Amino acid sequence: MKLNRQRSGYQELFIPFLSIATSLIIGAVIIWASGANVYRAYQGLLEGAFGKPRAIAETFVITTPYILTGLAVAFGFKCGLFNIGVEGQLYAGAVTAAFIGYAVKGLPQFIHLPFALLAGIAAGAVWGGIPGYLKAKTGGHEVINTIMMNHIMIKLTDYLVKNPMLDTSASIPRTPYIMETAHMPKIFPAFRMHWGFVLAIAAVFFIYFLLFKTTLGFEIRTVGLNQNAARYAGMNVSKNFIVAMAISGGLAGCAGAGEVLGLNYTLPAAFISGYGFDAIAIALLAKSNPFGIIPSAALWAALRNGAGLMQIRASISIDLINIIQAFVIMFIAAPKIVRWIYRIRAERGKEGIILTKGWGK
Amino acid sequence: MASGSMNGTILSLTGITKSFPGVLANDHIDFSLNRGEIHTLLGENGAGKTTLMNILYGLYTPDEGEIRINGEEVSIRTPADALSHGIGMVHQHFMLIPIMDITENIILGKESKKRGLIDREEAESRIRELSEKYSFHLNPRDIIKDLSIGMQQKVEIIKALYREAQILILDEPTAVLTPQESKELFSILRSLKNEGKSIIFISHKLKEVLEISDIITVLRDGKVIGSVRPEDTSEQELARMMVGREVILKVRKTEKKKGAPVLEVKDLVVQDTRGVQVVNAISFTVHQGEIFGVAGVQGNGQTELVQALTGLLPFQSGEIRIQGQPIFGNRPREVTRLGTAHIPEDRHTFGLVLPYPVRDNLILCTYYTSPFSRHGILDSPYIAEKSLKLIKEFDIRTPAHTTITDTLSGGNQQKTVVARELSRDNRLLIAAQPTRGLDVGSIEYIHKKIIETRDSGCGVLLVSSELEEILSLTDTIGVIFKGEIIRTLDSREATKEGLGLLMAGIKK
Repeated sequence: MKLNRQRSGYQELFIPFLSIATSLIIGAVIIWASGANVYRAYQGLLEGAFGKPRAIAETFVITTPYILTGLAVAFGFKCGLFNIGVEGQLYAGAVTAAFIGYAVKGLPQFIHLPFALLAGIAAGAVWGGIPGYLKAKTGGHEVINTIMMNHIMIKLTDYLVKNPMLDTSASIPRTPYIMETAHMPKIFPAFRMHWGFVLAIAAVFFIYFLLFKTTLGFEIRTVGLNQNAARYAGMNVSKNFIVAMAISGGLAGCAGAGEVLGLNYTLPAAFISGYGFDAIAIALLAKSNPFGIIPSAALWAALRNGAGLMQIRASISIDLINIIQAFVIMFIAAPKIVRWIYRIRAERGKEGIILTKGWGK
Repeated sequence: MASGSMNGTILSLTGITKSFPGVLANDHIDFSLNRGEIHTLLGENGAGKTTLMNILYGLYTPDEGEIRINGEEVSIRTPADALSHGIGMVHQHFMLIPIMDITENIILGKESKKRGLIDREEAESRIRELSEKYSFHLNPRDIIKDLSIGMQQKVEIIKALYREAQILILDEPTAVLTPQESKELFSILRSLKNEGKSIIFISHKLKEVLEISDIITVLRDGKVIGSVRPEDTSEQELARMMVGREVILKVRKTEKKKGAPVLEVKDLVVQDTRGVQVVNAISFTVHQGEIFGVAGVQGNGQTELVQALTGLLPFQSGEIRIQGQPIFGNRPREVTRLGTAHIPEDRHTFGLVLPYPVRDNLILCTYYTSPFSRHGILDSPYIAEKSLKLIKEFDIRTPAHTTITDTLSGGNQQKTVVARELSRDNRLLIAAQPTRGLDVGSIEYIHKKIIETRDSGCGVLLVSSELEEILSLTDTIGVIFKGEIIRTLDSREATKEGLGLLMAGIKK
């Protein structure tokens, strides 16, 4: 049996691309139907995301947590786990990094910054590892448990920031500013873009290496694709669930720490990220491929960053962006629609992702 | 029987061609079926039988060719079209809902209604009628999950008849039956034939094909090789037509040289995942250089026995020793480390990760050992080299070691499992249904490998529901029935009939 190998590689890229293009066309129709100027709207979107160096830098600022959280969700998918708890794990990382950032004093930067960052990663890993442990030991479904863990962490963060961690001298409820020694340096002094971006790109390479070049990655992918075969091969399925959830949570925690250490230098009570939920869309768009996360996160960041100017230019609601994003996800989740529109034949036997495998066992 | 009209052509397929990317599954196939005839479609897996039947049943659309029913050209685009043209299919894997009763399953999708409500009475009486006519002895109110496999198959047949099928397609119907059940099925098929129904029988078991068919059409590589009448041919000729070369049907086996015990099982008790005791105090021993066969109809505890032995299922009590070392259960890697190779019963569920490239499946059980990996990092060049070697050595037909396993034929998938398991330094081979669903060529190959393994001094535990396989390969046979080994005998003393009776639980 021969396989048309070239074709399969190109389909992998083609379907997401067509999904995005189709969604933008549908978006155009909606803009037109609501009486606004399509050209001005999309021009505003583009300019807002890439028009000036500052706009580009801002897009990168948003891309950073999107890469890390998208990677977190994708990593879970690779082990057959649906980590909806990225948002909560991000909060855990943010609040921990903020605490280490302002409460620990007198350390040099080369110790203080990594310490705060690692503490954030560790907090995310613990917060992600708990639902992993619950799944491994009790069979409790990670989808339910991570949602619950989100609620707990978001409320807990709110309490901590408004009570024991509150900076009483500030006009808004927030934690004290972190020490200079915990600051993540900026890449260009003029812009807010920080070294967290480089860290996120490094994380992509690290996760790729981990998944495809190590025995641990081999185990995680095997468990994700076929638990029975994993047991047959003598792998410890429970251990892999816990490890995968902890790594996924660690990436989310890193995103949260990055927001505090590289961008805000404090954690305000009004901190609303939403990154953890968009991350699911980003991972889906990237088909859980670590390298695919980068363009996928950049697209989401550009849409988020350009939306403001689009609103001003074409006086159209920012919610249009959500509609476009929703269509992209719909087409990715149901590739049959795109295949049908563009008459593309399906292919067989690719290593895909399995979103979730029923409830319980 | 039969006047001219009875024997006319009911179905003819002309020039049917269907290609999938990179594969020509059906290449200008001509096939015709006469009324009141059993026409067998014989071929290896991947020969195009299933594709052809799926075209006929409306699951695929052919690229070229025409289908005529009673001389009229028809277009069959969905299974509903097929049914409306009187074509019914009994699938290899039954399409029944276990928790519903027979009537509900049969009327599903074709409910007879009275004022918008289901008219059970009417349906039941029709089912009773059909059941009596062909002496099926079915009670329309029985729940499917309480029925034997043979009974379930009868439900499938009635389902087709209830939809007034004139043409019945049976896809490997005997694969799941005991010899006795097969006999019964054949007599049902004969009486259907005498009724004037036309039957397409799909199989690769040569003996039964010769027994039941009026005419046999052989497919190979998507082409019709020829059609023969059973009285004009032989098993040997059919095998040659199927495979395209001379096939050794009888396994050549030297006398056994039995050595020390490799696997000792004493009073083993195993519960299945629902907590039902399915293995009841089984004891047996497998020696070096011996093939111990466990014969039995599927579902008599073999699955759980093998899973307990290989560490996939914990056991309740008893003792398992491999090479004298006690096994405590539930730890597959411990079993592998003692030199055990395991060809699992269900290669898709346990034996392979189908979305993986062949290469990764070949290292599934050794990836963590040196030289496949060092300090947790995989040695990709070594893995590639080793895979290519195994692919060549075990004749796995794959375009590359990076080809996705799912795209290989069943025979090549199983060869991948066999290659992985036999490439280690083994003391014991546990093979469960190793040739199920495979073509003659692959069966021949795997049998040869099992014999080679035995001759190299390994002990072999062969669990199979194929009597031919048990009789031709094993040295000692244990017959399993309801979780117990009810008789252990030397295979030289065993006969097919005797084993068939034992498998049905009749000890004489």
